[in-house]
Amino acid sequence: MRNKKQGRIRAVYKWLGPSGTLAALFLLLMVLAAVFASVLAPADPNTGDLLNNYQGSSASHLLGTDGIGRDILSRLLYGTRTSLLGPALVVGVSMAIGIPLALLGAWYGGVVDSAVARVLDLVYALPGLLLAVLTVALFGPGLTPAVVALSIAYVPFLARIVRAAARQQRVSPYVDALAVQGFGVFRISVRHILRNIAPVVLGQAAIAFGYALLDLASLSYLGLAVQAPTADWGVMVSDTDALLKGYSTPVLLPGLLIVGSVLSLTVLGARISGERPEPHPLFGRLFGRVSGSGSERRAADAPAS
Amino acid sequence: MLRLRDVDVALNVEGRMRPVLTGLNLDLAEGEALGLVGESGSGKSMTVRTITRLLPHGARVSGAVEFEGRDVLAMRPAELRAFRDSDVGVVFQDPRAAINPTHRIGDFVGEALRVNRGVSKGEAARRSAELLAAVGIDDAERRLRQYPHELSGGMLQRAMIASVLAAEPRLILADEPTTALDVTIQAEVVGILDRLRRERALSMVFITHDLDLALAVCDRVAVMYAGSVVEVRSARELHDTARHPYTIGLLGSRPAIERRAERLTAIPGRPVSAFEAGPGCAFVSRCAFAQDACRASRPRLEAFQGGLVRCHRVEEIHEHSVV
Repeated sequence: MRNKKQGRIRAVYKWLGPSGTLAALFLLLMVLAAVFASVLAPADPNTGDLLNNYQGSSASHLLGTDGIGRDILSRLLYGTRTSLLGPALVVGVSMAIGIPLALLGAWYGGVVDSAVARVLDLVYALPGLLLAVLTVALFGPGLTPAVVALSIAYVPFLARIVRAAARQQRVSPYVDALAVQGFGVFRISVRHILRNIAPVVLGQAAIAFGYALLDLASLSYLGLAVQAPTADWGVMVSDTDALLKGYSTPVLLPGLLIVGSVLSLTVLGARISGERPEPHPLFGRLFGRVSGSGSERRAADAPAS
Repeated sequence: MLRLRDVDVALNVEGRMRPVLTGLNLDLAEGEALGLVGESGSGKSMTVRTITRLLPHGARVSGAVEFEGRDVLAMRPAELRAFRDSDVGVVFQDPRAAINPTHRIGDFVGEALRVNRGVSKGEAARRSAELLAAVGIDDAERRLRQYPHELSGGMLQRAMIASVLAAEPRLILADEPTTALDVTIQAEVVGILDRLRRERALSMVFITHDLDLALAVCDRVAVMYAGSVVEVRSARELHDTARHPYTIGLLGSRPAIERRAERLTAIPGRPVSAFEAGPGCAFVSRCAFAQDACRASRPRLEAFQGGLVRCHRVEEIHEHSVV
């Protein structure tokens, strides 16, 4: 039993590599922090104690307090929730729109595919942040308009990759074999094609998650998405008052979490979609350079027939 | 049962229409096995793809493909799906490419039963195990849980045959089912196909470039050249009474086991594709008997001595060779 478990852990490590495993562990920590924020947080994230502002590390405030005396650790923990929820929604919605579009285009080809491709190109031309700023200008600031705008802007980011991969599958013999067994578009596309390209889709989704996290943090920093008293990494970074007074901790820590999360998501996304880094001459495989596309590598990894 | 009449197929190759089948005629009777023999590019696989309407985007098809009196080319999507599901089954050339690598063998073999017939999961698994046993796979229960990469090529091809049988079709189209397999496995797989089609009284179109194999497995053999059939004859007679110059050339170019290896006779020139053929007979550039008439007009597939031959000069040639 124990051996089986160890074997599984080793298999995951082999699949993700050192950098990917590190990234996965970091993200797991973030998710746990978000889920158990209310249990783990030593204090209420929004209640300040003005007499104890800008405190250093102490037993009652492990990471100190900010300008109005709020516990930084608690704010970081609760901030994980809003900071991860936003991008999760963005990726979820854009996948829900983008994947069916991409599969339809890949299946029918011709005019349908051209139409899908042109629409995606059109949306791709709009910068996500600009679209979000525009939406906020129309509907007022808040997480919802920002998420809606980014969801639309991220559709091509996912759909273009899915479409390219699905088109490749579309012309493969097993798809013909399924069609000639009398299966319909829906079943072949969802149960067979999508399953075969799942690594590419999930990898791209992880990378999109990282970008969306960064975009939403930027918008919150500008005061356009998550609003001020709510604990959010982007909101916390925008605390310029602390910087002016020479206290870096309240700004630096959420900034580091943003950088760490985005980096981890990018690394993990690349590993999931099958990219294998070349070992770096000095730092070994931890900071390896990625060479060759994922699909090439997968072809090389596949057992010879 | 199956009737193809004057079928022309042209594919869109970078914006230009290229004919791949020209004036193709084929007949298949109930319970009959018809061999379709020809060189690469002669249109064998395209014939299968035309019968199952599996042609690439932008293909143009004319003529008639009839299955039990129903026009396949005119079928609406729902009819076509029903036709593909229950009337016809295709065994593809390379099982490793034609089977989704991410699904277990059990899911693959039983999928048609579960999805198109609404058979329960347990029942589908039971029937799949029976089918695997029928195609000679031992330890079927375990095989059902395995993935395609865990099976050998010959085993996979048997699994594909099992998946075709699952739908209980009346017509099997086998598109070079043994080409991708090891020579020692080929005989087994052909043997299984041959036994099953006799046991279950299925009709079969067996495509191969191996003339001897076709003669051994099939009741009748149709020889294809440049997108159309040049000769059809019963397998028993073809060896001795081939009448078309191309068929005679093909028979002459085979190595024989009883003779010492001499240099094999080859048909001069290279095989032409349907789009390269002129207005006359497609074989004219390689035929020793070609005359002006052969270049001027295309011969028709006509009855001659118990078979069908597409040649202007078949009677003259025959009389001369007999004399």
